[in-house]
Amino acid sequence: MTNKSNQHIILKTDKLSIGYKTKKKETVISSNITIELHKGELIGLVGANGIGKSTLLKTITNVQQALNGDIFINKKTLETYYANELAKAMSLVLTEPIASKNLSVFEVVALGRQPYTNWVGNLSENDFLIINQALQQTNIDDLKHKKCFELSDGQLQKVMIARALAQDTDLIILDEPTTHLDMYHKAYILKLLQRLTKETGKTILFSSHEIDLAIQLCDSMIVMTEDAVVSNSPNKLISQGVFENLFPDDLISFDKNSESFKVNK
Amino acid sequence: MTNTKTYRNSFIALIIILIVCFIGNISLGSVSISTKEIFNSLFGTADNYIILNYRLPKAVTAILVGSGLGISGLLMQTLFRNPLAGPFVLGISSGASLGVALIILGSGLFGGAMASLFMFKWSIVIAASLGSFLVLLAVMLVSSKVRDTMAILIIGLMFGSITAAIVSVLSYFSSAEQLQQYIFWGFGSLGNLSWNELFIFFIIYCIGILMTIASIKALNTFLLGENYAKSLGLNIKQSRLIIILATSLLAGTITAFAGPIAFIGLAIPHMTRQIFNTSNHKILLPAVFLFGAIIMLICDSIAQLPTSDYTLPINAITSLIGAPVVIWLLIRKRKMMF
Repeated sequence: MTNKSNQHIILKTDKLSIGYKTKKKETVISSNITIELHKGELIGLVGANGIGKSTLLKTITNVQQALNGDIFINKKTLETYYANELAKAMSLVLTEPIASKNLSVFEVVALGRQPYTNWVGNLSENDFLIINQALQQTNIDDLKHKKCFELSDGQLQKVMIARALAQDTDLIILDEPTTHLDMYHKAYILKLLQRLTKETGKTILFSSHEIDLAIQLCDSMIVMTEDAVVSNSPNKLISQGVFENLFPDDLISFDKNSESFKVNK
Repeated sequence: MTNTKTYRNSFIALIIILIVCFIGNISLGSVSISTKEIFNSLFGTADNYIILNYRLPKAVTAILVGSGLGISGLLMQTLFRNPLAGPFVLGISSGASLGVALIILGSGLFGGAMASLFMFKWSIVIAASLGSFLVLLAVMLVSSKVRDTMAILIIGLMFGSITAAIVSVLSYFSSAEQLQQYIFWGFGSLGNLSWNELFIFFIIYCIGILMTIASIKALNTFLLGENYAKSLGLNIKQSRLIIILATSLLAGTITAFAGPIAFIGLAIPHMTRQIFNTSNHKILLPAVFLFGAIIMLICDSIAQLPTSDYTLPINAITSLIGAPVVIWLLIRKRKMMF
């Protein structure tokens, strides 16, 4: 194990509180979140439904304001980023489908270059190079002239990952990239993400309900429970017994030997 | 995004068709004028009054109206993420109609002060632009609350109904002469513009087009959806405002100068997409411009009923052509894309 404090920190939160604020009151969903994401790591964010995974992702991607605490991206606080500057530091893959399915795969991936292109969006030779590289890294080079409405859910997810790669950011954040996919493609997408962190040195954070797969593939995991948000490598989290507290134990329980959840017999 | 060269031939063909339609439109009319005379007039060697002061401004108006409405339809389909959006469906033309109705019919209610205070034509232009801008703004505000695009269309239709209701209330109180004036405006007309008016129309049109060109990158980004656009560093509020302003300037002034012209805004972008199979606005925008101008010139030529003394309302012709096209697209393609 390498000493993590020596590694380059891409994203860091300090005593972060997340939730919703209206004029009348603050609804705190989770508080005292202190996590660090290191360069070149694949990080899985897991937790039960409604525990605040989406809210945490929305907060660190600047869609929603933090209630308290600080978020640092490359040692700079999130609030001080200009929109275009943030677009060069962090790219997203969202759960919502893209608005126009009439776009071709190449066009979608090319839109990832928007923060770098001129006022009318012309692509330079360097842009073409990066787009083609992103298409190859995600194995969708043969799909590039297809329209998005012709693609399966699994192919579309690869296209969205390629688009995020083309945006050329240190950090890629994916919100539940494995929903709607079959078992094979869930594993395929997460394996692809793991390979990308190794090949490109980018940091990839994703939220998922595929805890079994995440334990096998992630360098580090963030586990959200009612009481606390814990972040560590999967092995350590298992030995700490974190996964046992993830869900109510009346139906499923974590089996330490197989490192997966089993239905109670 | 995609290679522009692949569309070069289509563009050249469209430009040639546009020139042919332009000359054809000028050649046709109640009075038959020889081809030689037409060319001489166009190149300044002869001075045919009908050509220079009637047919030529009308043909130029047709080009501005067709291209402007097509482009405003394209802007709205992208902005509202809805293939059925257009100046008419979203109630923007109704907003312009309400503005015009307030000027023409409202002068009975509020006394003659309004009509005499401003120059009549200009007050119509301002009222129509203002009306369309306010309705578009209202639709936009409501649509930020509801995510469902179907609901946005229904809201647009409801705004249309409300303005129509106000217009009927106004008509109830106005004189027969004012009513006739309003109804004639409602038929739409491309031929009522003098060179001076056309000049003002052209300036406002150019401002709208310049704003659209400045929004090309933002429009392409909007194709991914607003959240993706935001993650790409786009200033959503500013881009959206510029697009709305461009749309209401284009749709508003066109409705003001030429009356409400139906279906061009909705149908032209879809007809263009049949030939230019792309969503890239850098290609679609000039293509929609050419297509809109061509279709409008053809519609106007039909409305003239060549060799007869009659002129049909242009609004009726565009509906007769536009509505079947939309139905055909929906049936054949099953799904309309944008």
